[in-house]
Amino acid sequence: MANVLVVDDEPNILLSLEYLMSHAGLTVTTAPDGETALQRIADSSPDLLLLDISLPGISGFEVLEQLRRSESERHLPVIMLTAHGREVEREKGFALGADDYVTKPFSTQQLVEKVKALLAERAP
Amino acid sequence: MRGDWVVIGTAFCYLALLFMVAAWGDRRAEQGRSLIGSPTVYALSIAVYCTAWTFYGSVGRAAQYGPSFLLIYLGPTLAMLLAPFTLRKMVRIAAQQRITSIADFISARYGKSSRLGALVAIMALITITPYIALQLKAITVSHAVLMNYPLGADITLENERFWMDRSFWIAMVLAVFIILFGTRHLDASERHEGMVAAIAVESLVKLIAFLAVGVFVTFIMFAGPGALLAEVAATPALINSMRLENVPGGATGWVGMLLLAFLAFFTLPRQFQVLVVENVDEQHLHRASWLFPLYLLLINLFVIPIALAGLLLGEGDPDSFVLTLPLSAGLEGLPLLVFIGGLSAATGMVIVETIALSTMVSNQLIMPLLLKVKHLYIERHGRLADWLLNIRRIAILLILLMGYLYHALIGDSYSLVTIGLVSFAGVAQFAPALLIGLYWRGATRQGATLGLLAGFFIWFYTLLLPGFAQSGWLKETLITQGPWEISWLSPYALLGLSGWDIYTHSLFWSMLVNVSLLIGVSLFTRPTPLEQTQAALFTEAMHPNLQTTSLWQGETTEGALHALLIRYLGSMATQRVFASQTAQPDTETDAYQRPASKALITRAEQALAGSLGSASASVLINSVLRGEAVDVESVLTILDTTSQALEYNRQLEQKSQELARVGEELRSANERLRELDRMKDEFVAMISHELRTPLTSIRSFAEILRDTPDIAADKRQQFLSIMVLESQRLSRLIEEILDLARLESGRLTMKPVAVDLTKLAKQSSDAIFRLHDEQSVEFEFFAEASPAIVTADPDRLEQVIINLLENARKFAAPRHPNIRLSVYPVDNTFQLSVEDNGPGIPPSERENVFEKFYQLQLREHTTEKGRPKGSGLGLPISRAIIHHLGGKLWATESPLGGTKMVLELPKASFM
Repeated sequence: MANVLVVDDEPNILLSLEYLMSHAGLTVTTAPDGETALQRIADSSPDLLLLDISLPGISGFEVLEQLRRSESERHLPVIMLTAHGREVEREKGFALGADDYVTKPFSTQQLVEKVKALLAERAP
Repeated sequence: MRGDWVVIGTAFCYLALLFMVAAWGDRRAEQGRSLIGSPTVYALSIAVYCTAWTFYGSVGRAAQYGPSFLLIYLGPTLAMLLAPFTLRKMVRIAAQQRITSIADFISARYGKSSRLGALVAIMALITITPYIALQLKAITVSHAVLMNYPLGADITLENERFWMDRSFWIAMVLAVFIILFGTRHLDASERHEGMVAAIAVESLVKLIAFLAVGVFVTFIMFAGPGALLAEVAATPALINSMRLENVPGGATGWVGMLLLAFLAFFTLPRQFQVLVVENVDEQHLHRASWLFPLYLLLINLFVIPIALAGLLLGEGDPDSFVLTLPLSAGLEGLPLLVFIGGLSAATGMVIVETIALSTMVSNQLIMPLLLKVKHLYIERHGRLADWLLNIRRIAILLILLMGYLYHALIGDSYSLVTIGLVSFAGVAQFAPALLIGLYWRGATRQGATLGLLAGFFIWFYTLLLPGFAQSGWLKETLITQGPWEISWLSPYALLGLSGWDIYTHSLFWSMLVNVSLLIGVSLFTRPTPLEQTQAALFTEAMHPNLQTTSLWQGETTEGALHALLIRYLGSMATQRVFASQTAQPDTETDAYQRPASKALITRAEQALAGSLGSASASVLINSVLRGEAVDVESVLTILDTTSQALEYNRQLEQKSQELARVGEELRSANERLRELDRMKDEFVAMISHELRTPLTSIRSFAEILRDTPDIAADKRQQFLSIMVLESQRLSRLIEEILDLARLESGRLTMKPVAVDLTKLAKQSSDAIFRLHDEQSVEFEFFAEASPAIVTADPDRLEQVIINLLENARKFAAPRHPNIRLSVYPVDNTFQLSVEDNGPGIPPSERENVFEKFYQLQLREHTTEKGRPKGSGLGLPISRAIIHHLGGKLWATESPLGGTKMVLELPKASFM
C-alpha cells in the first residue's frame, strides 16, 4: 500500500486530508511543519508528498528544494498545496520541481485523482 | 634758547619739504609713475581726519570728559568696516561720473542740479569755516605755548591790530602754499596726486610726534604705564574723571557721538576728497579698511596716559598738555617735534579742506553763474581755463580769510573740541541726501533740497546760534530761556527735549527733520527724466553693464567740441580727450564738418565734469548740441530692460527651483503610492490566504460528508462541528477585515461616552473566563482606581479588552496559565494592563505584533497543539481603536515572565 505524507500547519485541513487519503486506501502520515516533514521523510520514505507552502519555520518551498537536492528523495512525487492564488507562486513551485500544484480550497475528488494518478505513474 | 626764529624757521623748512614732496608727486603723476598708487598711501591720506583737534584736543577732551574722545574715532572705524557696502559704491560712481567734490556728487545724483550743488557748497562753506578757524587757532596757541612757557599762552586778540596777529600771517602763508600746489593745473580729473602724497607724509609726521610725546610721558617722566596708574590711583578724583559715566549725555550721548562721527566721516569735504575723489584704485579700500582703523588706534594709544599725567602735574590747559609736559621736563627738541606734529595735523586739514571747498566754490557757485552769462561761451575766442584757476585761487584766499575772521571774532569762546563737533553736526546734514540717494532710487531733488535746508536750519539754530550767544554776540537768555522767553524754542531743549548733550540733541532733531522731509517729499514729487537716469546710474552703480552707456543723443561736430574743450580745459587736456580718435582732423574746415561720435561727446562731457563739475559740464555740452540733447529715455529703457531681464532671470531661476522641488515631491509621492499599492496587494493576498484557509476545511469536510454517506456517526459529528467552527472563524475574519477597513478609512463611527474602565474590564473578564470556564487559568484582577472614568465607545473598548485577554489566554504558559488584569491611574491617564506568564515577545518583535496578519513564530506552540491561530488582525484593530479614542496601546514585558499589554486612555476631562 502506497504511503502518503501530508504536511500542513492547519490542524483541521490536516485532519480532512488524513481522512481523505486513508479513505482512498492509502497509508497516511502527517506533519504540522517543514522540519517534522523532513524528519518523517527520512524515517518512513513516503511514496508521495502533499505539501503546504506556508508553514511555520521551514517553508514548503524550502522542503521541496531540499528534497530535489537530496540523492535519495530526488524523485519523490510532490503535490504543492497553497492558499495563495498567485501565478508567481505556482510558477515557482513548478520551477522547483513540484509535480502538481493545487490551490485551496480544492475539490477533494480531483485531489484524490491527482494523487492516484501520480502514484500509478511512479509505480514500478 | 627757544628762539622765535628757530621755531619759525623749522616750520617754514617743514612746509618747504612738504611742497617738494607735493611737486615730486605731481611730476611723477605726469610721467605716469604715480606715487600714490599704493593702498598704504591712500590709508595715510585718509588720516587727514586727525586734525589739530585730535593732536591737541583729544587729550583736552579726555581730561574733561573721560573716554568719550574715543567715539570720534570709533565712528570712522565703523565706517571703514562698512566700506565694501558704501565707500566702494561711492568711489565707483565718482570714477564713472568724474565727480569733483561732495557737492558735485549730490548735485549729480539729483539730476546734475546746479542749485542743489550750490546749496551744498554754501552749507559746506558755513560749516567748515569754524573748523578751519580751529586749526589756525591751534597753530597760534601752540606756537604761543612753545614760546612763552612757563607763562600762560594768553593771546588776546583785541589788544592787537590784525597785522600783529600771528594767525593772520599763518593763514596767509597757508593760502600761498595751498595756491601753489592746489591749483597748479586744471586737469580732466580733479585729482591732486602731489597733495595726497604730502598729506600722507604729514600723517606719518603727526603720528610719530604724538607717539614720541606719549612714550616720553609714559616711560620717561613716569616709569611706565603701571607707575603712572599707581600715582593716579592715589588721586580718587582723577580715577573718577576717566569713568564711562563722564561721557556727556549718558547712553544717548554715546550713540549720538558715534553716529555723528560715522556720518561726518563720509560728509566732511576733506574726507570725501581723500576717500572718494582722490582714490586712484577701488582695491585700495581693502587695505585702508584695516590700516586706517589701526592708525586711529595708534594715535589714541597715549591720549589717556598724557591726560592723566597732565592732570597729575597740574600743567594748565589740558588742550596743551602734549606741549607743556615735555616743556616742563626741560626738553628742547621734543616740544619742537610736537609743534611740527601739530602743525602737520593742522596744515593737512586746512590744505585738503580748502582745496575741496575752493573746488566747490568754483564749480558749484561761480561756474554756473558765469554760464548764465551767455556771451561767455558763445564767443569762441578767449581761454576760460585760466579763469577757472584764478577763481579757485581767489576762493582759497577768501576761505582762509573767512577762517581767520571767525577765529578772530568768535573763535575764542569755544574749546577746540566744541568747534570740531559743531562742524561735524553741520556736515552730517549731507548724509541723508548722500547715503539714501545711494540706495533708494526714489529720492528726488526736491526731497533732498528740502531735507538739507531744514536739517541745516535746525543745526544752525541748535548749535551755531548758541555759539554766537556764548561769544556775547547775542543775549545769553536765548539759550537759557529761549527766544522771546518761549522755553520750548530753547536751542538746547527743543520741544522740551532736555537731558541730552547738545550735539546729540541737535543731531536728533536735524536728522529727524532732514530724513523725514527727504523721504516724505520724494514720495510726492516726480523726478525729471535726467534725474531718473542719474538716480538709476547711482543706485545701480555696482551693476557691471552700466559703465558704457552714453547719454548724449544730439548732433555736433568734432570741431565744436574741440573748441569748447580748448576754452575750458586748455590744449593739453583737450588733446588727451581727442587722442583716442583714430584720424586727426586734417584741416579746421574738415573738423567742423565731421560729426562727433556719441563716445566722443561722452568723453568730452566727462573731461569737463572732471574740471567744472557735472552740472556745468552738462550745460556746456548742451550748448554745442543741436536737436534733442540728452537721450534720457533710451538710457532709462536700457536700465529698465537690464533690470527687467535680471528680474526675469531671477524669476526663471526661482521657477526652475520650484519645478525641481515639485518634481522631487512628485517622485517621492509616486514612491509612496507604489509602496501603498504594494502594501495593498500584499494585504489583499494575505486576506485571500486567510479566507481560503477556513474555507478549505469547510469545503473538504463538506465534500467528504457528501461523498461518504456511510461515514461513522462520531466522525460525521466531529466534521460537522469543525465546519461550524470554521464558518464562525470565517465570519469573524470578515467582520474584522471590515472593521479594519472602516478604521483605516475613518468611516468607523464611535459613540464616545463616559465609561468606567474598571467596570468594563471586570465585565469583559467575567465574559471570557465564564465562557471558557477554564478553572485551570489563574486570573487576578487589580483595580487601583474605581471608578476610572474615560471617554470611549464602550462596545469598541470592550472589544479591545476581550482581544487582549484572549491573546493572553492563548499565550499563557500551558501548564499553569496565569493572567493578571490591572487598572490604575498614571498622571492624567488611566492604564489598563493585561499580563501573562507565557514566553513573552522579544523586544525587537514588540511593534511587529501590531502589524496586520503578523504571526509570532513560537516554537512551543507549533508542536502538538499546532500554532494558535488568530486572524492576525486583533492587535492592529485594537491599536487603531485606541488611537481613535486618543489613547495608546503597546507591548512590554511582564514581571510574570510573559507579555504585558498596556492600554492608556486620558482621564475624562469633566472629572
